[in-house]
Amino acid sequence: MRGSRFGRWNGPAACWLRRPEISTWLDAQFARCRPRAIAALTRQFRDIDLAEESFSDACLRAVTRWPQDGQPDDPFAWLLVTARRAGIDRLRKTRRAMAHVEAEMANEPEFTMPTADDLRDDVLRLLFICCHPALRRQDQLALALRVVVGMSVAEIARAFLVNPRTMEQRLTRAKRTVASNPVPFETPAPAERLKRLNDVSTMVYLLFSEGWSTSADTVQVKLPLCHEAIRLARLLLDLFPGMAEQMGLLALMLFQHARLDARTDPQGKLVPIDEQDRSKWDKVLINEARALLQKAARHGPPGAMQLQAAIAGVHAVAVSDSETDWVRLGDLYAALYALQPTPVVRLNQAAVLQKTDGPAAALAMLEPLVEPLSAYRWFHSMRGALLLETGDKPAARLAFERAMDLGPTAPEAQSLLEKIALCQK
Amino acid sequence: MYFSILIYGEDGAWEQLPPEEQQKVMEGHKALQKALGERGPFATAKLMGASAAVTLQPVTEGADALVLDGPFADTKERFLGFYGAEFEDLDEAIRFARFLSSAYARIEVRPVEWAGGVLAQEA
Repeated sequence: MRGSRFGRWNGPAACWLRRPEISTWLDAQFARCRPRAIAALTRQFRDIDLAEESFSDACLRAVTRWPQDGQPDDPFAWLLVTARRAGIDRLRKTRRAMAHVEAEMANEPEFTMPTADDLRDDVLRLLFICCHPALRRQDQLALALRVVVGMSVAEIARAFLVNPRTMEQRLTRAKRTVASNPVPFETPAPAERLKRLNDVSTMVYLLFSEGWSTSADTVQVKLPLCHEAIRLARLLLDLFPGMAEQMGLLALMLFQHARLDARTDPQGKLVPIDEQDRSKWDKVLINEARALLQKAARHGPPGAMQLQAAIAGVHAVAVSDSETDWVRLGDLYAALYALQPTPVVRLNQAAVLQKTDGPAAALAMLEPLVEPLSAYRWFHSMRGALLLETGDKPAARLAFERAMDLGPTAPEAQSLLEKIALCQK
Repeated sequence: MYFSILIYGEDGAWEQLPPEEQQKVMEGHKALQKALGERGPFATAKLMGASAAVTLQPVTEGADALVLDGPFADTKERFLGFYGAEFEDLDEAIRFARFLSSAYARIEVRPVEWAGGVLAQEA
């Protein structure tokens, strides 16, 4: 223990850390600072590429300066000031300066750190820029991962199961689209801010879903998407600590993510939720999610994210599938349907109704959905299962066959064929 | 004398470390818990991320304490968890606290004036 190298970063050089620890720590610092820094730089330069380049410059400088001088008291401020200077230098060299940057350079000595409120709007704006409606959903997600999170193109390509060149091209195109349709850089009005927050929350949740919905052989490959989505949700909650729906968003993902270790069997096959070993569910994540929902509930009637999280929470705390609180689930789905009257919510509500009121009641609820969900294979497989339960084998068989026509995955097809065989007995 | 070993660090920074670095930190905790356990009872707790916290404001006259979302104080470093145990003296407490030394946390050793209650075995 003598001469320990641990301790304050800004202590004497003799207290310095071992090399691998420095780089790990620096990477963690850069990752932590990145979203706010890129967001603030994007506002200053009105140019995402320049923001990214100048932030990289600042990180490179930190890698050489910090181990010599010690970590600055406020690493974020250090990185931001350094990046801003690096960006201005780049502009001077390339002469791509524009009026607002000239103005920025003119008051260079008076640069003041953005306030917490500015940073909050900056990060939100940057994420909102990534959600640009002209972009395909997957390109929105990829852009956010590249720009805000700082994942490499290769890492993103891997997670989306495309080759890196394709991803590179898509990102370049996405950045061009975004640059040609600028989002205003003024502080947004409260209603606009709320709209942005909703759009961004949806994107973050879709990022999680993209990572979560996977086949057995890509569980690990897609996992980074889930981790980054959770990280972004934490960032949003950090920036908007009083927003109940952001608590709901994080809770929803944590409840799902808690099942990670239980969702594959030792052979790597996906295990459906009702067959999972619940002792493998992560109690810490479940408890954190519950605490978040309890916090959110203090803010009044729940929004859609909170309701979806509460639904996930009912499953998360049930000791077994059969002991799930179906009545509470029915209430939650009814409340969700009141906010989001979509056929898919109704379908889920019917699945719960089957547990509380039996298959005939559930079938009656499905009746109005026949048309809107005619191309949705889960609708047909579920309807088939309900019909089979009521004893109507010919109708059940037709429903299963319809689901077979709608491109089921291999395990789904297997299970559908087994059910069709049952109908023929 | 009863001492507390208090752990401060950046909220969420630990989660961003690669698994092998996290493992190293965890090994420090396990070693400390083993060493403390061999000497007698001790208390310890790891706090959840600050986003799960609410803060009660000081009471103003005639009003209930205002409950705000989020942790107390908007600081870079946060209170992450603690240990509490009997030690011979400060030197010994520091010796034990060194189990937790890492690049990622600041460890404070502070004498405890009063302690009571029981921390659950399994939170």
